[in-house]
Amino acid sequence: MKHLRSIDELGVDGLVALLQLTDHMAEINQRPVPKVPALRGRTVASLFFEDSTRTRLSFETAAKRLSADTMTFNVSTSSVNKGESLRDTVATITDMGVDAFVVRHKSVGIPWQISQWTKASIINAGDGAHQHPTQALVDCYTIREATHESRFDGMQITIVGDIKHSRVARSNIQAFSMLGAKVTVVAPPTLLPPDLSHWPVQINHHLDEVIPTSDVLYMLRLQSERMSQGHVPTLREYSEQYGLTQKRVAQLKDSAIVMHPGPMNRGVEMQIDPSDVKNSLIHRQVANGVSVRMAVLFELLGSGSSLGGQA
Amino acid sequence: MSKTVVIKGGTIVNRDSEIKSDVRIENGVIVEVAKNLKADVQLDASGCIVTSGFVDLHAHLREPGREEAETIETGSRAGALGGYTALVAMPNTDPPQDSIAVIDFVREQGKRAGLVDVVPSGCITLGRQGETLAPMAELAHAGVTLFTDDGVGVQNASLMRRALEYAKGLGVTLAQHCEVAELTEGAVMNECQCCTDLGLPGWPAIAEELMVFRDIELVRMTGASMHFLHLSTERSVELVRAAKRDGLPITAEVTPHHLSLTQELLATYDPVFKVNPPLRSAQDIRALKAGLLDGTIDAIATDHAPHPRRDKEMSLDVAPPGMLGLETALGVVLGNSELEIKDVVALLSWNPARIARIDAEHGRPVAIGEPANICIFDPDLVWSVDLERLASKSINSPYVGRTLRGKIRHTLFKGTPTVIDGQAQK
Repeated sequence: MKHLRSIDELGVDGLVALLQLTDHMAEINQRPVPKVPALRGRTVASLFFEDSTRTRLSFETAAKRLSADTMTFNVSTSSVNKGESLRDTVATITDMGVDAFVVRHKSVGIPWQISQWTKASIINAGDGAHQHPTQALVDCYTIREATHESRFDGMQITIVGDIKHSRVARSNIQAFSMLGAKVTVVAPPTLLPPDLSHWPVQINHHLDEVIPTSDVLYMLRLQSERMSQGHVPTLREYSEQYGLTQKRVAQLKDSAIVMHPGPMNRGVEMQIDPSDVKNSLIHRQVANGVSVRMAVLFELLGSGSSLGGQA
Repeated sequence: MSKTVVIKGGTIVNRDSEIKSDVRIENGVIVEVAKNLKADVQLDASGCIVTSGFVDLHAHLREPGREEAETIETGSRAGALGGYTALVAMPNTDPPQDSIAVIDFVREQGKRAGLVDVVPSGCITLGRQGETLAPMAELAHAGVTLFTDDGVGVQNASLMRRALEYAKGLGVTLAQHCEVAELTEGAVMNECQCCTDLGLPGWPAIAEELMVFRDIELVRMTGASMHFLHLSTERSVELVRAAKRDGLPITAEVTPHHLSLTQELLATYDPVFKVNPPLRSAQDIRALKAGLLDGTIDAIATDHAPHPRRDKEMSLDVAPPGMLGLETALGVVLGNSELEIKDVVALLSWNPARIARIDAEHGRPVAIGEPANICIFDPDLVWSVDLERLASKSINSPYVGRTLRGKIRHTLFKGTPTVIDGQAQK
């Protein structure tokens, strides 16, 4: 595998293999010294054109635990602001000797465009509303860890919120379906894509109808600008219809899991403290982020090297 | 004084005839149509169609203002290589074509290049701002017959009504880019399943159709004539068909790319496929072709829109819309429609010449006494579009690397060959 730009290009086998590899990485992360020399001499460049804390730190931590060198490209101080084109920027960093770019950009398709301009591997850390494959891997791994199931056959996963503008939703719907889950999306029609009849999902506009049958309840972040764009009248009304309240938590199955990709909008989609939810996996999602991204980096850059040894 | 030229061995296609004959041209005029003619310059046309030079209703020549993308000279050369003898220059230049000074400059630059007639269109509104009317009477007196704010439609219905009323008094035609801007904010591609998958903001068909509908009704009310630019949806074709049935003075065009390429190409993430209106569905293509066959759509126009390479190396949402079209139009049309050669010539030459009101010089029959604006093409020649060989200053052709059938062999502009054997002569 050369790049990880979408869940699609990973395929079911690639997805399962990466989740298995993540187990090894999780084991490394349990060690007193959580570091191995597997990617010594390799260089990973973070190219974040959009704000991100957890994803960027998670990738950088993952690279360091595999002994790769990292460089961070900070857009606000970069020559992009001096009119340098993205292609020139990528070419310049490539010339410095980079094995992988971790790319986040507000625009759809940037990871594919960049991969035409460099020989390095491209990892998509989020492109517009399109894909965020490592988040989907994290979420699959987290469900797998909690349920001890490697396949999600028969599992009812409900994704709630702004599906239309969500790269997390697009990657997760693909990944969850690949593993056999039944996915339901819940949102007002204004927050659904214009035509999703070809997606492997059920659609429901009423959260309360699906709460009792959900095995996984996946809450998405609602951005406040959706009001000014006319997608929802007020945050209050959205929260009323689609927010996770104490009352709704009470309707969940005992075994049901609650997830959120973060950062949470407290008082909007999360009307309660996640720690009040018995089976909230939100902290596990963050913790697993490092292991999953180690697996991805090792898979793309670790050809020939082994995971053994101490750094 | 141009030399005597003979076109030898081709098939002359006119509206009401199709004959094998040579053609002799002197001083820019066809002087003889007969067999076995001879002259100083002989152009072999065996196996080729000899017909009137093409007229493009929709070319962005970028000069003045964006000469990095194209100049009137390079655009004219691209046009000549595509068989064109006249190009209607779109007014979204910088400064825009809303004053005599700019109109005259564009026309003069066209004459300096001397490869095609460059026919400047005028803006409907001052600066294409959609706020106040451009000095249409002044521009009409300077010879402008087609007015448009192409790129942005005239959004304000009241202003469009006034523009139509004013245009009627001047006897000129307004051309509308049909797009209700509120429905396409940030839009990158057709609103469809592919757009759902890609998470890109959609450009819904109804944004075009609502404007087509509004302007049909404004034409019905005012009686002024209107030309619809680059129609792209099934329902737009139906609306225009019904309007024509009602006898309204409406004409319409479609681009070669909207007849040949679909929305799914955006999944390559290559901004070369970003265009406005966007590439649509296979079903829309079928409807557009039906519109060509039954005369609902009068013309094929390129919407030739050069952009420098760096602009098309930006992301899909940021890259400007538009593709090259002049050099590939014929091949794309021949390969993507069930049209007879005669229909193709009607759509590329006779009808657009009439719409642009330049049919005294262009879109004429190949006959004695007629001006020698002629193109000669091999309808069966298979060729591949080579980026290195494009005459345009830009390279944003969606057909690069693709194979087309049908290619211009020679073009004559006012009796002088501008293209011989596929090579530009200057």
